[in-house]
Formats: sequence, C-alpha cells, structure tokens
Amino acid sequence: MIHSLFVINSSGDVFMEKHWKAVIPRSVCDYFFEAQNKASSMDDVPPVIETPHHYLISIYRCNIFFVAVCKSEVPPLFVIEFLHRVVDTFRDYFNDCSETIIKENYVVVYELLDEMLDNGFPLATESNILKELIKPPNILRTVVNSVTGKSNVSETLPTGQLSNVPWRRSGVKYTNNEAYFDVIEEVDAIIDTSGGMVSAEIHGYIDCVVKLTGMPDLTMSFMNPRMFDDTSFHPCVRFKRWEAEKILSFIPPDGSFRLMSYLIGSQNAVAIPVYARHNLYFSPAGHGKLDLTLGPKQTMGRQLENVKVEIPMPKVVLNCTLTSSQGKYAFDPVSKVLNWDVGKIDPQKLPNIRGTINIQNGATAPESNPTLNVSFTITQMAVSGLKVSRLDLYGEKYKPFKGVKYITKAGRFQIRM
Amino acid sequence: MTDSKYFTTTKKGEIFELKSELNSDKKEKKREAVKKVIASMTVGKDVSALFPDVANCMQTDNLELKKLVYLYLMNYAKSQPDMAIMAVNTFVKDCEDPNPLIRALAVRTMGCIRVDKITEYLCEPLRKCLKDDDPYVRKTAAVSVAKLHDINAALVEEQGFLDSLKDLLSDSNPMVVANAVAALSEINEASATGRPLIEMNAPTINKLLTALNECTEWGQVFILDSLSNYTPKDEREAQSICERITPRLAHANAAVVLSAVKVLMKYMEMMGQDAEFVVSLSKKLAPPLVTLLSSEPEVQYVALRNINLIIQKRPDILKHEMKVFFVKYNDPIYVKLEKLDIMIRLASQNNIAQVLSELKEYATEVDVDFVRKSVRAIGRCAIKVEQSAERCVSTLLDLIQTKVNYVVQEAIVVIKDIFRKYPNKYESIIATLCENLDTLDEPEARASMIWIIGEYAERIDNADELLESFLDSFQDENTQVQLQLLTAIVKLFLKRPTDTQELVQQVLSLATQDSDNPDLRDRGFIYWRLLSTDPAAAKEVVLAEKPLISEETDLIEPTLLDELICHIASLASVYHKPPTAFVEGTGGLKRALPSRSGEEDASVMATGGASASVIPEPGSLIGDLLSMDIGGGGSTAGAGGTGNVDILGGGLDILGGTAPSAPVSEPLRYDSEESNSTDKSNAIRNTVIRLQSTNSLLGDIFGLSGTSSTTFHIPPKQVWLPAPKGKGMEISGTFSRKNGQIHMVLTFSNKAMQPMNQFAVQLNKNSFGLIPAQALNVPNIPPNQSLDISLPLNTNGPVQKMEPLTNLQVAIKNNIDVFYFACVMPIHVFFTEDGNMEKKVFLATWKDIPSANEVQFTLENIECNADGVSTKMNQNNVFTVAKRHLEGQDMVYQSMKFTNDVWALAELKIQPGNPSVTLAIKSRALDVCHSIFAIYDTILHN
Repeated sequence: MIHSLFVINSSGDVFMEKHWKAVIPRSVCDYFFEAQNKASSMDDVPPVIETPHHYLISIYRCNIFFVAVCKSEVPPLFVIEFLHRVVDTFRDYFNDCSETIIKENYVVVYELLDEMLDNGFPLATESNILKELIKPPNILRTVVNSVTGKSNVSETLPTGQLSNVPWRRSGVKYTNNEAYFDVIEEVDAIIDTSGGMVSAEIHGYIDCVVKLTGMPDLTMSFMNPRMFDDTSFHPCVRFKRWEAEKILSFIPPDGSFRLMSYLIGSQNAVAIPVYARHNLYFSPAGHGKLDLTLGPKQTMGRQLENVKVEIPMPKVVLNCTLTSSQGKYAFDPVSKVLNWDVGKIDPQKLPNIRGTINIQNGATAPESNPTLNVSFTITQMAVSGLKVSRLDLYGEKYKPFKGVKYITKAGRFQIRM
Repeated sequence: MTDSKYFTTTKKGEIFELKSELNSDKKEKKREAVKKVIASMTVGKDVSALFPDVANCMQTDNLELKKLVYLYLMNYAKSQPDMAIMAVNTFVKDCEDPNPLIRALAVRTMGCIRVDKITEYLCEPLRKCLKDDDPYVRKTAAVSVAKLHDINAALVEEQGFLDSLKDLLSDSNPMVVANAVAALSEINEASATGRPLIEMNAPTINKLLTALNECTEWGQVFILDSLSNYTPKDEREAQSICERITPRLAHANAAVVLSAVKVLMKYMEMMGQDAEFVVSLSKKLAPPLVTLLSSEPEVQYVALRNINLIIQKRPDILKHEMKVFFVKYNDPIYVKLEKLDIMIRLASQNNIAQVLSELKEYATEVDVDFVRKSVRAIGRCAIKVEQSAERCVSTLLDLIQTKVNYVVQEAIVVIKDIFRKYPNKYESIIATLCENLDTLDEPEARASMIWIIGEYAERIDNADELLESFLDSFQDENTQVQLQLLTAIVKLFLKRPTDTQELVQQVLSLATQDSDNPDLRDRGFIYWRLLSTDPAAAKEVVLAEKPLISEETDLIEPTLLDELICHIASLASVYHKPPTAFVEGTGGLKRALPSRSGEEDASVMATGGASASVIPEPGSLIGDLLSMDIGGGGSTAGAGGTGNVDILGGGLDILGGTAPSAPVSEPLRYDSEESNSTDKSNAIRNTVIRLQSTNSLLGDIFGLSGTSSTTFHIPPKQVWLPAPKGKGMEISGTFSRKNGQIHMVLTFSNKAMQPMNQFAVQLNKNSFGLIPAQALNVPNIPPNQSLDISLPLNTNGPVQKMEPLTNLQVAIKNNIDVFYFACVMPIHVFFTEDGNMEKKVFLATWKDIPSANEVQFTLENIECNADGVSTKMNQNNVFTVAKRHLEGQDMVYQSMKFTNDVWALAELKIQPGNPSVTLAIKSRALDVCHSIFAIYDTILHN
C-alpha cells in the first residue's frame, strides 16, 4: 500500500520523510517537483502522478504537500483519505498543522505516523485510540514528565482498539455530562449575472462535542428527515435503524466528532439568502467603474453576519479607489484580489461599495468580468429548514445537558458579474 | 518545550556528543539522546554510525524508549545487518512478553527489518503470534506475514504461513479478518502466477460480509476490493450480496464509498437490465457519487475520473445531475478539465441550453487550457446534439468576435468539424471566419481554415487570393498546413479551373520540387498526374464525398471499459488504462465483467459495440501484394509506363471502394519509392491508395461503425509444438481477430520438471507482414501448469511471400532453448472491417479484373440458405454487397479486403435444396483465392 511519505513545504523542501517499507530515495520527489513547476498555482498540482516505478499520490493542505509513494496498484482514494486523516490527527494533537509545528514535534509526529500505518496498512487512525497510545503534548505534562521521568507513550493496550465500539474507550468519566450538537449548513451556489440561479446545493453536517460518562447510547430524530438527498455517517451510527425509522441511533465517540454529513442537492429548491446588485464596467479608455450592493433575501428574519466579499480582479487592474457605506475594503495589487469586509447587513440600510478601478496604461480592457465570492453566516437557522426534534439517552442513568445549535454559512458561493 | 530542542547542536560534533549521551547511565539522559537521534533521522540526516549505541538501549522496560529504538532499527538495520543480528535475541524475548502491546510491537518491528538473517529468526515468534490469544497481536501478525512475503516469498510458503493467514479469515474478531484480507491481497498482487490465494466460496463470502459491518473503514476497503474479485454464481447471490453492501454507500470515507460502487457496478452486470432491483440500485448510486464531489479537490478528481467511466457504462445514473458538474471558478484546473469532459458526456437535448450557457461562461475565463477545452466542448456539443448545432455555431461566432487569439483559433478548429458533420448548412459564417485569417498562427487552426476555404471555394469569391496569401510562406509552414494547402488549391482548381491554373502549378511545383517531405511530394506528384491525365478522375478523387464524423469521439473501447469498470476506485480507473499496462510485475490477471446467466458474453460486448473505435490498419504493405498481382495478372502487363491511365483507373476503383470507411491511415513507408524509383507503377499505386487518407486527414475524429463482429470464427486450437519436440513445452494455438487487430491465441503447457520463464517470440517474414505488436508477456510457468495468452499482432512487418500464402514460421524462446515451428493462419483474420464495397464499385471492379483472375470452386454439403451464408460470412468480415434471385438460384455477391488493401470479390450460386454451392472468386492477387475458398468451406461448415 503506502510505502513512504514525504512532507514538502511550499518552497519545495522535503522537511520530513517516513518509510514504512524499504527506504525510497528522496529523488522520487523530483517527479513531483516537475509537476509542481508546471502547475500555475499550488492548488493545481495533480493529485496522482505516475513515475516509472512509483505512484505519487498527494494532497495539499495547510500550505504543505503530503506526498505518499506507492509501488503497486492501490485505491487512490484510500491513500488520499488516509493523508487527510493524518493532517486531521496533527491538527487534533497540535491544534494546527504547519511546517513549524511539525518540526517542533518531530518525535511525536514520527511516533504517530508509525502507529497509524504498519507496512503501509492503516493501523490505528481513530483519534480516541491514538490519544491513548501517544499522549498529545501539553505543557503541564511535559513539565511533569521531565520531573518524574515518565513518558508520553502509554504502557497499556488501548481498550477501544478491539472492542465492537472501536471509536470509544471504556471507563470515561465526567462530573458534568454534556452533549452539544452543531447543525452546520453550507450553501454552495453559482449565481449568474442577472441574478438567476445556475446551481445551488446545501452541504450540511452535524458536528458534536459529547462528554458523557460510561457507554451512553443516544438517539436523535429529526422533524423532517426525508429532505436529505444523500447522507453519510460516522461508523458509530446504526445504519439499519436509520434506513427503517430515520432515527440516528449511536454510541458516540468521546469528545468531538462529525456525526453525519448530508447533501440537499440541486433537485430540491435551495433558498439563497443573499443577493447582489452589481455593475462593473471597463471602458476601453483605461478605467473601470464598480458599484456593488448586497442585500438579504429568504433569511426568515435572521441577520446576515460576517459578510465578506472577495473579487479576483483581472490582471490588468492596477488599483481601486472605492468608497464603502460600511466595512473596510482592501485591494492587494500583487494577487489582484479586492476584499471587502462588510460585517452585518442591515436590511434597512444595504451595504454598498462604489468607485473607480484603474487599469494599466495601454492595456486593453478585459473582456470578461470576474466572479464574486461571498461568504456569510446566519446563526440560529438551518437554511434547509432541518430541525432536530428529540435527543434521548439510553444505557446510563444520569441526565445530561443537551444543546443543539444551527448555523448557515456560505460554502462556495459565487456570483458572476 | 518542544522537540525542536533536539536539533540544537554544539560545535564539537553532534555524533560524538550523542554517543556519549547514549551510553550514559541515567535513563533520562538516554531517552533524550535517542529522541535526538530519531529527530535527526526524520529530517534525513545520517545517524547510522550510532547503531551499536542505540541498539544497546533496546533492553529496557520503558515502552517509549523501546519504541524509539525500534524505529531506529527499522530504518538502519538494512545498512548494518551484522549489528542488527545482535538485536534478534531481544526481539524473540519481547515476542513472549506478557504485555500484548510489546508482543505486537516486537513482531511488527521484526517484519520491518529487511535483513535475511533476521527473517529466519522471525518464523517461530510469528507462528506463535498468529495464534496469540490477544486479537491485537493476531492482527499485527497477519500484516507481518505480508511483510515477510515481500522479503522472502519462498520462506512464507515453506513455513505454511499462507494457510495460517487463511485460517484468520474465520477469526472471531473483524479487525483480524480485515487485516488477513489485506495481507492476502497484497501477497496475491505480488505473486507471479496471479492466481488468487483466497478461494472465494459462499462461506468465505459470508464471513467477509459479516466482518465488513464491524471492521474499520480501511478494513472495509480491503474487504470490498476482494469481494469485487468474486463472481457470484447466480443472479440471486449477486443480489443478496449487493443488498448487504449498499449501506456502505453512506459511509463517510470516500474510499469505502467508491469501492462499494465498484462491487455494485460489477454485480449489476449479472442482472436483467430492466429488473426492478437494478433500477432501484442505479438510483441509489447517484447521491453518493454526487456527495464525493463536495469533498476535498483530490477526492473530487479521483471521483470524477471514475464517474467518467461509470456514465459511459450506465449513462442513466447521473443524467439528471448535470448541475453538480458545473465548474466553480476556484476549482483546481485538474478538477475543471474533468468536469468539462463529463458535462459533454451528459449533454443531451434536454439540458443543452444550460450546458451551452455554462460553456460560454467558461470560454471567458483566465486559464488558457481550460478556455481552449471549453471552446472545443462547444463544438462537440454541436456535433452530439443536432438540435443545438445552430446555437453552438452562434456561440462560437460570438466567441470569435472577442478576438482573443487562442479562442478564435480553437473555434475555427471546431467549426471545421461542424462543417464536416452538417455540410451545406452553416456556410454563411465563412465570411466572418475569413476576417480572422491573419491572426491564426497555430498549425491546426491554419490547416482547418485552409480546409474550409478549399472545401467551399466555389462560394468564396476571393478564395484564390486567400490561398495565394498562404503560399508566400509555404516553405515555413508546418507539414499539416502544407498538405492542406496543396489539397485546398487543387480543390479550388477543380471547381474554378479558369482562373487558378497558375496557382495550382505554383503549389504543385512547390510541393514536388522544393520540398523534401516525402508525404508532401507524393501527394503533389499524384495530384499532378491526375490533373494532367484525367481531370474527371481527379475530380472524383479530390472532391469525393467525405464520410460523416461520429459524435462521440473519445469513448473508451467497450472491452476496455468493461475491464476498467472492474477496476473502479483503483489507479487504473484514474489512468483509464488496464493495470497490466502500467503496474510492474502484475501477472496479467485480467478482470472481466460477469455476464448474465443464460446470456452469452457477446451481449455484454454488443451493448457498446456500435461505437467501437478501430485500431488503424497499418497501410504500409499496400504495394507488395499489388506488385504480386502485376507479375501474375496478364492484363496489367503494360503497367511499366508512367502515367498510364488504365492503372489509374484501376487504382481509382480500389480507391472508390475504400473511401467510404477509410480508417485513419498511418504514414506510408517511403523507402519503397525512394529505393525503387524505377518501379513507377508501384509508386503510383502507393500514392493512389494513399489518397484515401487525404480525405480523412482532417477528420481525425471519425470512428468506424459496426465493426466488432461478435461471433468471429476462431478455428480450434492445434498443437503447434508437441512437448517432446519442445523439451517439455507444448504450444497449441490459433488465430483470431478482435477489434480490428489480429491475435495469436496461444496455450503454453509446461510438461517438464522445471519452471519455464524468459519467454520471447519472433515471427519469420511472411506474406502479410505479421509481427508481434508487443513482447510476449508470459510470466514464469511452474511445472505441470499451463497458461493462455493472446498476443496481438500488427501487419506492418517485413513481407516475404510464403508457399502456401498463409504459412507462418514462428520461433519461441524460453530459458531452455529456442524452438521453431510452422503454422497455417486462417486467411479470414486478415479481412478488415471496412471491406464492404459499394455496389457500383463492386460492379466496376468485377468487370475490370480480367477473367484470367477468376477461380471457381464448389462448396459441398452446405446446409444454410443464402441469408444464412450472408450472416455467417458477415461475422467474419466478408460483406454481402448484393443479392439476386435468378432462375431459381440465389446469387450472393460478397467483398472482402485484406489488411494490405488487396480486395477479393466473390460470387456464390446457391440453389435452394442443393447442398453444392458454386463459389467464384476474383482478385488481382490470384494467390489468395485458394485460401479464401478454404476459409469459406470451414466457416460455412462450422
């Protein structure tokens, strides 16, 4: 399966390598660098590269490339999913994942990688189990360890590893039993110049933080469970029960995890909570005019917050002189991106930005207008209308504190100008 | 405090300092030192000099220290084998430790140390660990078997570890089962024979399916992949497995989802296509595939490549999901291009408006590659969805107005194709196209534009001026443009002979005298000759009607598609190549889709058969059999004279016959002309036949239709090399023709006591220029084993006439010796798929071939009627041109074409009720007649 892993930073240095079988020389990365040079941006490096003797399967996350080297026919998604899991684990352990952090925690990283993969086969990838095997670094423990001479590697076999609930360790104890559920929906949409919807879909997920004693068995039911076009679940969810009764029944992992994700696709009507009135015009004479107004719609009375607009301007644009009715704007003359941090939208006083755009002398005006990227959040509302109706606990005697929160966000929300 | 402190060094020499720390008495100091060593190792520094010191730290109760030392050993044992052996004792002791974590760690690490001496000691502990009470140890041990197999395969078989591994398949713990499956499939892949190690039967399948529900996501992928190798015995079993797999589609891990899709796609093949179950299953497949597209871009990419295959096999699954393939401006380019491909595949009359407006949007983006592909996509939509052609054309015109250079060029290339597909419909736009003449700087765009001008010369008033403007820089042009310019000017001359004579002479002299490109010279000479001797014939040749271009140009060939469907989710599905084509050392184990019980394989093939693309026939042998005919046939004896009209006439007949379905021909070999320039007639024939590619030169986009014959007659295998003669190797074989390529189908049987390997094959020069298209891919054959292999052959090898014509001498080499034998090829494998002659051409050719070249035979005991004969022969690329009923007799006229472009015509007289059939064969190459008779005889009696 996976032979080796090379971790490469954005300037092309291999700053970490791990081999699970025989050592593969670093020179294999040259094929990767070749592909990287051809790509116009870091994001465009193809994820599967063929070399004469190996296959390089890579992901690009946190400005770092994780390049897995495989020798034989493997399912590429298997490798890609695994690499993402590695990054998720690093983030879980170190709160973030960057070159500096990996370098600061070399030994833990190395131990983790060794525990996650054996001979190229995934061994322990559940963060609950890994944390039992290798304790995450924290300042207090490091101090205690250095005083007492203890290590941060567990001496005993993690309990969950072989039980029928491999995602949960036994003997969990809390004084306050609580379970929080966040229903988060992201709206992906393409809106055409005239405001018509080209495509729209909702990607929703339920993220949980569960801190419950013992082996709790939870059920969650929805007011309107038939609206999902597709669902995928954490392995803890009993699929049969969902199929038969549309009830989520599960023994939760300890801590934070994603319970389910779902898709409400383009077949259904998707509410678009924001609209834009825009006018961008480039005159052949060498300057342009921008006038952009944003407004809420179909928000069920909730407020649009954290609204941000990003416009990747054509390459010929030199700078922008604009005035905004609210929020700050900034134009980066290198990347040519205009950012407008709008903030909240007050339906009585719609935010507007207008002004002139200067183009390089002698350059021809661009033929096409850029695409507007809008981000926003709406709290206390799931744009699809999804509602959790009940949450019950079985198997344990205590009464937990339960909470459900709804948030709607812009996913990849694009408006063509 | 972080690990970065391990990198702080003093000037004194890092290694020296570490050495003293490693040998310190204080545990604490030791551990810190080992950590420093590991940290250096991680970044690729060489700390192998510390091997003995680190190995000394191994005997410790501290698990972390032990782990770190193990990590170090794994890395450096290979370079210090003698030192590593010192560690063996500790390993063996650790394998007995009461703590399962340590037992597992020890057996795991030992497997990673790739030193032969150590692996010997591994066997005993490994055997114990495979039977350990603790499942954690067992599952670790299962993987260790795979490691050991990688180092020493023979040892694993010797020690019976494979059987222990198979026993683990029925382990009570699902993780152990999953790891055993993973280990077995890895061993399987590495083994030379390619024989599956796991015998898939109902109980095993049941165990796997049970484990599937309970094991980790990675284990699920392993299990699903091995399930995809199993072929259920009937529809019911397939259906019940599918039911148990379907829940995997809702897994959060994309790899699990796609592997489940693979199994379902494969098993669906076994069921009635209209069955309720298949319909409902198809519906269930769409949402998870769509969901994959909302994951990370890397996942999207792999998913898109697979979706591309899935919708070619089952277009219905995603037909309503067009919108999810719309491109977001910040998608990575590799995702954008794949999405575009799928959009075109899904384009239909219902959604074309949406698709077009999207494509138009994309055509104004920044990325040049993407824009070009979008413009091309618009053209493909026009060709695919006829109702949209007009809109596509106007969209393209809008794009041309933008004057963006590469957009204009790309648009002109696709407009040429649209003209080909819908002749005489959109010529009104030519004027607009001509305005952009000056901006075209890419050869393909220039050639396309010139083709358009030539094709519609009669409607463009200043066509002569336009073409003349290109002529000034003739020498600097790309060959593609030069050839196009030559043809276009000749077309112009034929259409408007009065005022373009000067121009045509100019281009002909440029092509024939000032050029050293043989392709160009050949074409120049033949045009010149045609024009000077018989302008009418020239008109017929140059202005011949072109074959239509097909709509789907890049469909994957159905057999390959079926194989790729079996490899969904694997690298093969990303590359769209079978794994044998790129994975080193795979044992040639081909996967095939199961067919529905009670139905023949053929039906699976036939589902996509119509759109099969044909491997181009190498046209390099054209001259040779023709020259045979010149020697043999009496009437063409006068062929020596240059520019003989008769020869050209004859050639034209041949040409007319081939034109309707001429495949894209490979460039001719010119050496025959160069070295043998006195044999002008030969050269002329060469070039005449070359002309068929003139017409097809532009249309590199047309595929052939109706090609793959489903019940092609394959003679039973004969023993070609008996075992006593082959020092224990027996070879039997036959020939077949698949998708336009000849295959030698061989069975190798090893009847000797030793394994055979290092196979190679060579064919002696033969009448049809057969040579192997690839090396003989025969792996090691152990004693008493046999192996079937199909060797594709090309017909572009050296030619020597054999007696009889179909004789073929073969040499096969293996590690023992070289063996020679001869076999007889059934002549019908050389009949090409485009051998259907037009009625008129058939008549003319029949008359043209002298009666001396006609041979009569009688076929005895034919039981079928005229229609039966037609069908049977048709399946073998003998095409029925016409049928007549005459005086109580059925007359059937058939034509066939050889790979070297020799034609043979046949006339069958069939009297209903009379088992004797008279067969008359006419061909310029008389030699083939006997073989043709023989093959008629065999096929009709089959």
